[in-house]
Amino acid sequence: MNQSPVVGPAVVAVRNVTKKFPGVVANADVSLDFNPGEVHVLLGENGAGKSTLIGMLAGMQQPDEGEILVGGTAVKIASPRHSLELGIGTVFQHVLLVPSLTVIENLMLGGSWWQRLARSAALKRFQELSGLLGVTIDPDAQVGRLSLGEQQQVEIMRALWRGEKVLILDEPTSMLTPQGVKDLGAVMKRLRDKGVALILITHKLVEAYAFGDRISVLRLGRVVGDIPPERLKAMTEKQVTDTVIQMMFGTTEAHTRDAEILIGRGRAAHKDRAIDRSGPARLQLRDIGTEAERGACPLRGVSFDLWPGEVLGIAGVDGNGQKHLAEVLAGQRRSSGGKIELGGTDVTADGVPERRKHGVRYVTDERLGEGTVGAFSVATNLVLKEIGNPPFWKRGLSDWALIHDHARGQIKRNDIRTPSEKTPVGRLSGGNIQKVLLARELNSEASVAVFNKPTYGLDLQNTRLAHDRILASAESGMAIVVISTDLDELLEISDRIAVMFQGHLAGIVENGPDVERKVGLLMTGANAEAA
Amino acid sequence: MEGLLTQPFLTALLFGAVTAGVPLLLAGLGEQISEKAGVLNIGIEGMMLFGAYTGFVAAYYSGSFTLGFIGGGIGGAVVSLIVMLLCIRFGLNQIVIGIAVTIGFEGLTALLHYFQFSRTYPRLDAAPLFAIPGLSAIPVLGPGLFTHNAVVYLAVILVGVLTWMFRSTYVGLNLEAAGNKPAALDAAGVSVIKTRAMAVLSTGFLAGLGGAFMANVGAGLFVPMMTGGAGFIGIVLAMLARGRPVWVLLGAALFGASLSMTTALQVAGVNVPTDVVQMLPFAMVMLVLVIFARHSVLPPALGLPYVRGDRG
Amino acid sequence: MSVEAETLPGQIPGGDRLKEIGATLARVLIPVLLALVMGGIILLILGKDPLAYYGYVAKRGLLTWGGLQETFTRMAPLLLIGAGLIVAFRAGIWNLGGDGQFLLAAVITSATAPVLVGTLPDIIVLPLCMLLSIATGALWSVIPALLKARYGINEIITSMMMSFLGTSFANVLIKLLFWDPATTVPQTRTLPVEDRLPRLGDSTVHSGILIALAVIILVHLMMTRTAFGLKLQVVGANPAAAVHAGLNVSWLTIATFAMSAGLIGLGGSVEILGVFGTVRADWNPAYGLLVVPLVFLARFNGYGTIGFVFFFSALMIGGDSAARRVGVPNHFVLVLVALLLIFLAVVEYLDHLRRKKVR
Repeated sequence: MNQSPVVGPAVVAVRNVTKKFPGVVANADVSLDFNPGEVHVLLGENGAGKSTLIGMLAGMQQPDEGEILVGGTAVKIASPRHSLELGIGTVFQHVLLVPSLTVIENLMLGGSWWQRLARSAALKRFQELSGLLGVTIDPDAQVGRLSLGEQQQVEIMRALWRGEKVLILDEPTSMLTPQGVKDLGAVMKRLRDKGVALILITHKLVEAYAFGDRISVLRLGRVVGDIPPERLKAMTEKQVTDTVIQMMFGTTEAHTRDAEILIGRGRAAHKDRAIDRSGPARLQLRDIGTEAERGACPLRGVSFDLWPGEVLGIAGVDGNGQKHLAEVLAGQRRSSGGKIELGGTDVTADGVPERRKHGVRYVTDERLGEGTVGAFSVATNLVLKEIGNPPFWKRGLSDWALIHDHARGQIKRNDIRTPSEKTPVGRLSGGNIQKVLLARELNSEASVAVFNKPTYGLDLQNTRLAHDRILASAESGMAIVVISTDLDELLEISDRIAVMFQGHLAGIVENGPDVERKVGLLMTGANAEAA
Repeated sequence: MEGLLTQPFLTALLFGAVTAGVPLLLAGLGEQISEKAGVLNIGIEGMMLFGAYTGFVAAYYSGSFTLGFIGGGIGGAVVSLIVMLLCIRFGLNQIVIGIAVTIGFEGLTALLHYFQFSRTYPRLDAAPLFAIPGLSAIPVLGPGLFTHNAVVYLAVILVGVLTWMFRSTYVGLNLEAAGNKPAALDAAGVSVIKTRAMAVLSTGFLAGLGGAFMANVGAGLFVPMMTGGAGFIGIVLAMLARGRPVWVLLGAALFGASLSMTTALQVAGVNVPTDVVQMLPFAMVMLVLVIFARHSVLPPALGLPYVRGDRG
Repeated sequence: MSVEAETLPGQIPGGDRLKEIGATLARVLIPVLLALVMGGIILLILGKDPLAYYGYVAKRGLLTWGGLQETFTRMAPLLLIGAGLIVAFRAGIWNLGGDGQFLLAAVITSATAPVLVGTLPDIIVLPLCMLLSIATGALWSVIPALLKARYGINEIITSMMMSFLGTSFANVLIKLLFWDPATTVPQTRTLPVEDRLPRLGDSTVHSGILIALAVIILVHLMMTRTAFGLKLQVVGANPAAAVHAGLNVSWLTIATFAMSAGLIGLGGSVEILGVFGTVRADWNPAYGLLVVPLVFLARFNGYGTIGFVFFFSALMIGGDSAARRVGVPNHFVLVLVALLLIFLAVVEYLDHLRRKKVR
């Protein structure tokens, strides 16, 4: 940003803050100042401690050591309510609005008990904030019906409702279209110019450069570097990139894979592969639709072909039918109309076990909610989709010795960090749970694999590992579908990219030179060719 | 069968329906508050039963029906305090604690009754009835619907109060958020635990009041296990009412009528075995559930304890 | 409370096994002790001597041969109910309709047994009646099972309603259909003693206890060592994961309900064929809910359930006697059971907190 910000003494500061959880130090001796009229970016990979830090500012946790200063005085932010009263508003990554209530009702949450709803006062404040943010939303619209971008705007309003001192945004762009990201940038600028202290959490360097006035780099719970506004103003993107890489990895070379993910080089890191499309397609979808259910967006008339060895990326803002698509492919959800063919065989009516026999594998995005049973051991989870089948089950009886033996082998081969194969899988870190899922799904008989948000929430190392596994599977001839809201990820590993929009497959583009623009257009619902 | 359409039968049926229905109404409304906030109060049967006991004891020893009702409410609230502490504050399994509370207070009240009343079996005088001027003069409907104890009218008024409260006050919003998406409520700075705790306490008070009504007005005495599933019917009513208190009223009226069928039939001179008649309300519940299966709506966060930041 | 991974065989890392056993024992015994102590306090408040009460209970329930036999006899239906509850709870299904299932099956047994005894050999009659009662129980669970499988309707309410319906219906059956004309108080035709389940040796304990023990052990083995058992546990622990793993959740729900209700029905049958030989109108021992805490205390483990059922049966038998001697009605047992459940939940919670810190 090239406007010179309005600077003043720090509105909120943390001094020597340390926070520990069993087995991990989330924040170690962190000291930072957050100044009014400044967009302060906290940049770091997943697991670097950014979310924990702002969790403390938001009143969700207490620091083990160190203190938090508000307006120069040390305070104990005891609860979210207290945080809001201090003028600190937080917008978390996942929308925290009640879908069944209207916008204005959500904003009125938190009033005192027995009073009648002070609707007119609330509307007045709503208009104020709408003006401040420069947005137009119907206050009586049901939140569940708004787009994710609009919901986020309501969240920002909710965060600023009681006072506009500090606004914290935790990874706000992950759910937005490219246009939505631009709109958010405009909102942040307006707030900054009004003197609000903005704290932006992100793991994408591009965003940090685009939006930040000051960048603090975190790694493994520590602040490893800081670029103050005076310096940042004068630097080019490349210089910032190099500086950050140096701070994080101690080298100015941007060639390491970790660094590439951080920078989000996406398309630039893509290696073109020759896909042989001369033979028949491994997977064919024709006119697939699903029934609408509370919450998820249904599919309408989805058709595409997938060849062995190819990676098809599915892009699109969350909630445009991706979940249904994954479930339909896996056999978890019945399609209403249309046909699915696998290697020439009609599998439309097949459920999960039959699809698996045909070689379909599904790595779900809900690792603990759906992919595993948290209370069961790693060993049990590794054979969860094979219950009753040989060799682990013979005539219905379980061979636990074999199951555990198999698990030990898988743990070794896949470098799963766990105390034992008998440990409940819920105790493992997110990255290791993902390794369990990958180990379970990507076995020898797999011919089609569906990945839903495979690197969500993972740190750089595990992200790289997952990408490597996916690409290796493609090399070995598997046909792969990767669903993700991270466009950079898709640009890096896909051969073609399809875009979901309101349940339709808006279009498929080759991962070629003009791909970003075309995909961006498709994500808004416009026709790619119309550009 | 002509005895069925006579005035005595219809009057008895209406009067009995109201008397039997009011405890169900109170229990149902109470449960609705809890359910809205995401708490499945299985222990409501225990709350009603203990309320029946404390309500009876309060009325018996003080001679005042009003104190009896207050005592009943407090009794129910005491039980709900246990549920509040264990389930809301500590996050223990709501179903297990609900069963424990129901069994425990069944046993406790039976025990207390044995030691206090099993030799004397005291009865209360008939409860004071308040005839609504004018309306109570209408044949059949008058003595049937408009000549009742004050609590009856209060219960009906409560339906309106709750309807208003759910839609037009902050409490209503907080309850809905607590049951729908507690994390959102927490982020808005409202204590989910406090909201749910207040909900459970209200349920306890209302259920206890309903129990006291059953004992003091309906029967005139306390008998162990006298609630006979009324609390559970209250849960069903709340489940089917989809958040609207008016539906609880309708359901309570319907089930109240089926419960009072025995006495009414006796008045009409029809001899139907008690057991068959006793099956009626439960058979009706099942029928309604089967017919309206698709439409019963429960809040998404029902039964799940809320822990801030829990990975889940 | 959730399905514990450690109840699957071989799940506990070897070295810590001893420590885990110690911890398990503590987790189990502490609630029992607390409940007994708290119950004792209640007795004191009511003006009774708790030591005298517990003394009579122990003497009568455990320490006399006569009482011990009665305890074993009482265990039979409770074990079968326990087996039924284990199957349901492990699958995450709250089958709280046990009373109705139990009673209806008992009535069907007591109505058919005396009739069949004349026409078929004894060896066939008893198993046939037991099969009939399993079918009766299972049938009574169909509606709640379907409502849950198809519409996701909470089975707590539906199974409870069916229970109330079932107990009334059982009475209707006795009073209208199966009333033995030779009796003044409505009851079914009495099965002669020689046609009932044979006694074990010289004791008064009938062979139903052996059937019950065998069944609960089989159920335990099924849950821990078969694919079917594991499938049920997956459904109970994480229904979304069950769908994801390709399990047919609807079918499993219905099958589980049927199995659970069938086993409880078998309990009703065994009680009639072994002890009473008849069902009197308005008879309802209401075991359905009482076994719930026992199964929870045992963490759904079959062997543990046997232990707790034994303890509870001794309590009930002893309590009967203590009721007369010390003047404490058997309702007190209900209070003890409730205290047990509550203390169990609290101890579990504290244990869970302790584990979180250790991690």
